[in-house]
Amino acid sequence: MSMTVSTDSATGVVATGPGGLISASGPETKTQIKPYTMNFGPQHPAAHGVLRLVMELNGEVVERCDPHIGLLHRGTEKLIEYKTYIQAVPYFDRLDYVSPMCMEHAYVLGIENLLQIKAPLRAQYIRVLFSEITRILNHILSITTGALDVGAITPALWGFEEREILMEFYERVSGARLHANYFRPGGVAWDIPDGLLDDIWAFTERFPKFMDDLESLLTENRIFKQRTVDIGIVTKEQALDWAFTGPMLRGSGVAWDLRKSQPYEVYDRMEFDVPVGLTGDCWARYLVRMEEMKQSLRIIRQCCKEMPAGPYKIEDRKVSPPPRGEMKRSMEALIHHFKLFTEGFHVPAGETYTAIEAPKGEFGVYLVSDGTNKPYRCKIRAPGFAHLQGLDFMSKGHMLADAVANIASMDIVFGEIDR
Amino acid sequence: MSEQALKELGDVIAAKIGGDVLKVEVKLGELMVTVKRPAILAVLTALRDDPATRFEQLTDITAVDYPDRAERFEVVYQLLSYTHNRRMRVKLATDEDTPVPSAVAVFSAANWFEREAWDLFGVFFENHPDLRRILTDYGFEGHPFRKDFPLTGYVEARYDEDQKRVIYEPVRLTQDFRAFDFLSPWEGMTNVMLPGDEKAALQDGSKKP
Repeated sequence: MSMTVSTDSATGVVATGPGGLISASGPETKTQIKPYTMNFGPQHPAAHGVLRLVMELNGEVVERCDPHIGLLHRGTEKLIEYKTYIQAVPYFDRLDYVSPMCMEHAYVLGIENLLQIKAPLRAQYIRVLFSEITRILNHILSITTGALDVGAITPALWGFEEREILMEFYERVSGARLHANYFRPGGVAWDIPDGLLDDIWAFTERFPKFMDDLESLLTENRIFKQRTVDIGIVTKEQALDWAFTGPMLRGSGVAWDLRKSQPYEVYDRMEFDVPVGLTGDCWARYLVRMEEMKQSLRIIRQCCKEMPAGPYKIEDRKVSPPPRGEMKRSMEALIHHFKLFTEGFHVPAGETYTAIEAPKGEFGVYLVSDGTNKPYRCKIRAPGFAHLQGLDFMSKGHMLADAVANIASMDIVFGEIDR
Repeated sequence: MSEQALKELGDVIAAKIGGDVLKVEVKLGELMVTVKRPAILAVLTALRDDPATRFEQLTDITAVDYPDRAERFEVVYQLLSYTHNRRMRVKLATDEDTPVPSAVAVFSAANWFEREAWDLFGVFFENHPDLRRILTDYGFEGHPFRKDFPLTGYVEARYDEDQKRVIYEPVRLTQDFRAFDFLSPWEGMTNVMLPGDEKAALQDGSKKP
């Protein structure tokens, strides 16, 4: 495609006619301008990682947008095929590295489904509690860096402070701020330490103040609305057709949340609402995420209140290791421990697709077992992968800067997209 | 969803699609339907549009490699119905050379999923609008997720100070790749002769090695 632009040599004014074709306003020289092909990224702060976009621009209007991904491809799924089931858990932290525990959650639920076991109630509560902490962790990053992309710096500064508090909870429970490796098939690795629940409760009392501050900065902010309202509109049909999930789907008016519709663990005992956007634009998705954080707070409070006593992992020694004290006394416990951490457990042949509502959308793990101690195939269904391929139709006809707003509202993290 | 209801749904689907269904299974509470390869577009369209099934979303497409089979790849489509709150899996078999009809015409989301399956497994999709590699490097050769592709790969990249660019070299491992076979030798050892077993067999005279 090309277009002709007439240039008034005296004033330097460039005029384009309707449809970007010809404007005949004088006998001046006619210049052929081809649509400009621009490379965006992979080293760009607004690309949220290593996204490379090849964009065709007509002036400043995006005509085509071709994401080149795979710069962070590490072959996680192949690596998992060479590890035992427990050894593969840490790989999941490194997928969506801003919401690690949710990734682990899908994987351990998949294994539990294949083994036909169920984690004890306390473990389920702990998992749900930390899944929701993870959701807040993720949404803070998503919203504040999204605001940063459209010109607001303060939310990011405030948000990262709150994230640090949440990551402290991570550290207290798992020993690591980021790559927790905390969930296990049949429960969690360790029990939650004393006093942690009280501190999480204190956090839930403090956090709404931060939410209010954040909302007062963004929600009705004129500049923020100019950059997000009516940008990247996704209709309900498009969202279904392009396999959008999570806030991308709810922002378009589909009331769908796996925690409600296909509840796993103890989500069916929790009271929370599913926010749904009306307009399907970047602003609606922002509002959905804000409301989800508030609902997550509700779930966290219920978990803290109802946290039952009892074992934090399954007592089956063929799946979960014995406690250290028992190993000092019991030969059998020692053998179990040794076998678990060398050979691992064998999983009966079968296949399962297990999906959870990760902060970004439906995160699914398709596990194929051939009866040995290693997965035969582990396909990771990352929500961001499906979202990013919609960038082309969402950005078409928008300005270049709006493509950035679109990327931000998709909540792109390359760990999970490239795997 | 109960197994019984899934079985019924499977029967409904088998009746609707007819001769193109090879197998209907319900395992671990999940419905799997194996179909003939050329019929996949008709099957996906029927599953999407039929009011009884209404699988509106194609959640995922992936492949599984079974090198021992005559048709080594199993292409797996995960479907989700928002109307009925159900999931199901559609499967078909193919090999390196036989193309699979592309589902992009039915579900737009299939575009990248199929590109990924092509990139990583070498499953070829017919009538795909843009079947390029997606996850591997520009100019990559081979299909890394096949079972016969080594975990370490064939080439490694490094920045060459003299040529001032990234160059590719054959992989050199400073330590051999260690794959421990932990599969217990004591399970499933029913008809194997270990050294010395022949004496016992000779003694009771019943069977000879």
